[in-house]
Amino acid sequence: MPCHMTKIHTSYLIKQINVNEIIMLKIKNLHAGIEGKKILKGIDLEIKVGEVHVIMGPNGSGKSTLASVLAGRETYEVTEGSVEYLGKELLEMSPEDRAREGLFLAFQYPVEIPGLSTTNFMKTAVNEIRKYRGEEPLDAVAFLRMMKEKMALVNIDQSLLSRPLNEGFSGGEKKRNEIFQMAMLQPKLAIMDETDSGLDIDAIRIVSDSINKLHTKDNAVLLVTHYQRLLDYIIPDYVHVMYNGRIVKSGPKELALELEEKGYDFIRHEIGVAEEA
Amino acid sequence: MNEVVLSNIEKTVLSDYKYGFVTNIRADEAPKGLNEDIIRFISTKKNEPQWMLEWRLKAFRHWLKMEEPTWANVKFTPIDYQDIIYYSAPKQRPSLNSIDEIDPELKRTFDKLGISLDEQKRISGVAVDVVVDSISIATTFKDQLSKLGIIFCSISEAIQKHPELVKKYMGSVVPATDNYFAALNSAVFSDGSFCFIPKGVRCPMELSTYFRINAENTGQFERTLIVAEEGSYVSYLEGCTAPIRDENQLHAAVVELVALEKAEIKYSTVQNWYPGDKEGRGGIYNFVTKRGICLGDHSKISWTQVETGSAITWKYPSVVLKGNYSTGEFYSVAVTNNHQQADTGTKMQHIGKNTKSRIVSKGISAGVSNNSYRGLVHINKNATNSRNFSQCDSLLLGDKCGAHTFPYIEVKNNSSIVEHEATTSKIGEDQVFYCNQRGIDTETAVALIINGFAKEVMNQLPMEFAVEAQKLLAISLEGSVG
Repeated sequence: MPCHMTKIHTSYLIKQINVNEIIMLKIKNLHAGIEGKKILKGIDLEIKVGEVHVIMGPNGSGKSTLASVLAGRETYEVTEGSVEYLGKELLEMSPEDRAREGLFLAFQYPVEIPGLSTTNFMKTAVNEIRKYRGEEPLDAVAFLRMMKEKMALVNIDQSLLSRPLNEGFSGGEKKRNEIFQMAMLQPKLAIMDETDSGLDIDAIRIVSDSINKLHTKDNAVLLVTHYQRLLDYIIPDYVHVMYNGRIVKSGPKELALELEEKGYDFIRHEIGVAEEA
Repeated sequence: MNEVVLSNIEKTVLSDYKYGFVTNIRADEAPKGLNEDIIRFISTKKNEPQWMLEWRLKAFRHWLKMEEPTWANVKFTPIDYQDIIYYSAPKQRPSLNSIDEIDPELKRTFDKLGISLDEQKRISGVAVDVVVDSISIATTFKDQLSKLGIIFCSISEAIQKHPELVKKYMGSVVPATDNYFAALNSAVFSDGSFCFIPKGVRCPMELSTYFRINAENTGQFERTLIVAEEGSYVSYLEGCTAPIRDENQLHAAVVELVALEKAEIKYSTVQNWYPGDKEGRGGIYNFVTKRGICLGDHSKISWTQVETGSAITWKYPSVVLKGNYSTGEFYSVAVTNNHQQADTGTKMQHIGKNTKSRIVSKGISAGVSNNSYRGLVHINKNATNSRNFSQCDSLLLGDKCGAHTFPYIEVKNNSSIVEHEATTSKIGEDQVFYCNQRGIDTETAVALIINGFAKEVMNQLPMEFAVEAQKLLAISLEGSVG
């Protein structure tokens, strides 16, 4: 099965070879699980600078696990494989160092921290990252200027940011707060874990617009989603279909449309009973 | 997660303990034990008037008839009251010649707390010019205050120079017979602070023990009395955010506050005495009686405490709301780690009409510690239209610690309103990971979460104090998560 997958992937890549390509993320045969239960069963994926990738798949296929493992969540255990991130061994880095190196995860379920304002939280984050890079911390004036600029960019209201982090936020507000944080931290690789879930159509448009604004030729985006509808607004370079811990199909953006049309059952049929055996 | 890790403070205090016990007998020291002769010895040493000695003896005779209270949710080996030295002159610290001689571990903690170099020298006992410095500060300070008629001195000095005030107010809020530890304190108190704000004067600066800690040794039985006359205001800071090295096992202090009509007293404490080692050996027993009385109408007393130290804390800063329209407040953050135990809270006694009280208690427990909130809201029959709001939140780190809430509510009329809210939560792995994912390390993440939790109380602290208290919270819980 991996043979089949690789074939599609490489043949498609050939068309794009003229771009000056730098590899952002290279996942090789990644296996991971939780409490002895295997969830990722050999993931291979390569993302280049400037690209937008989408991972789709039914519930329980391992999409969110992949996002968490890349961000370094310790509840998951990596049992095999390697991940190279901008030439460094990602799996050997602490979660905070991954973040400081420009890897950002927009959480599916952002946590609440009572009493801690988003502003204060972001000031700490921005300055911790600056410290890591050997830069001076931003003073209050410079920080607030930066905040104003990013708030306008992602269309978020000041009042939301003075409130305790995500506390009492609606689902949509939480997701927009994630996008705001992404704007503030200016990551190189942004992994968006079901950022569209729980959003109404207007919110999806606003969130997508922001992601499009933040995406440049110098960074990359990995979208994890259950639905095709996000792709009405964000045009990916590649679509990967994940099923039962593996990427079973990769292709251009049209693959998403095919999925939308035929449903995930068509993937199940395609990989067939052999997969379960 | 549950591995007990020495915090920096503990390391500091532990490493410092090698200087702690000095065996040679000093001249100015009473023999061990407690009897009337010892009390006479203390009184004579302090050159006290006869009435003060009588007051002490009366308290002592009453104490003999009392029993140590057992109702608090704390466990400890019985205290041998005959094995304590009740009077000793200011202790000799190892004298250092320069800041470079300070234990590097201690120095690191100081730096972490952001304590100035001068202050570091002072705390560590570097003699040289620092003493001169602090005396000159204290002098300028005293000059400025005395022009306004404010008296701020040690309680011993007050007994000598202002006996009429001391006689009038000492024991008026916490009688010598009030409770076991208050009676003991009344018999043997070593020293403490006295503060008097005359009518209509707004004290222009935060009064703090900081400025006179060198001159007087406050010792283990401290006694503080603050009187605010009509329409006056004072904000008083107690304690020191540096790791005080104190080998005394038992601290039984008494603090009394008196607010006359329209007066306001704000009393803030940051306490971080030695909490014992990670196995629960040693550490201070902090058995303190703090009470204020809103004697006049429209008066206000506000207690704010950040308690991170001591092996056992037994402390209930309370307000007696006697004047009509008077207000009592209690804001508390109590942190327990390792084997620490805290049973702390407040009493709000509503006597006057239209009185208001507000209680905000935040307990943080880690390690195998126990943290209890105990509070009484009592509204008298005649305290009509009174109000109380209480909020008690507990935060747990790990799954071996305990948080307990014991609220007592007694309302004797039906025009008053009492509200009580309580929550218990845990620092989640997901909260820490969320911070990690934004480039924030675990230690800083825990500090952010804790300070968010305690924010409502921290906001009550004077600015410069709040910054140190925030850092202190983080240090006390270092290594508790992750």
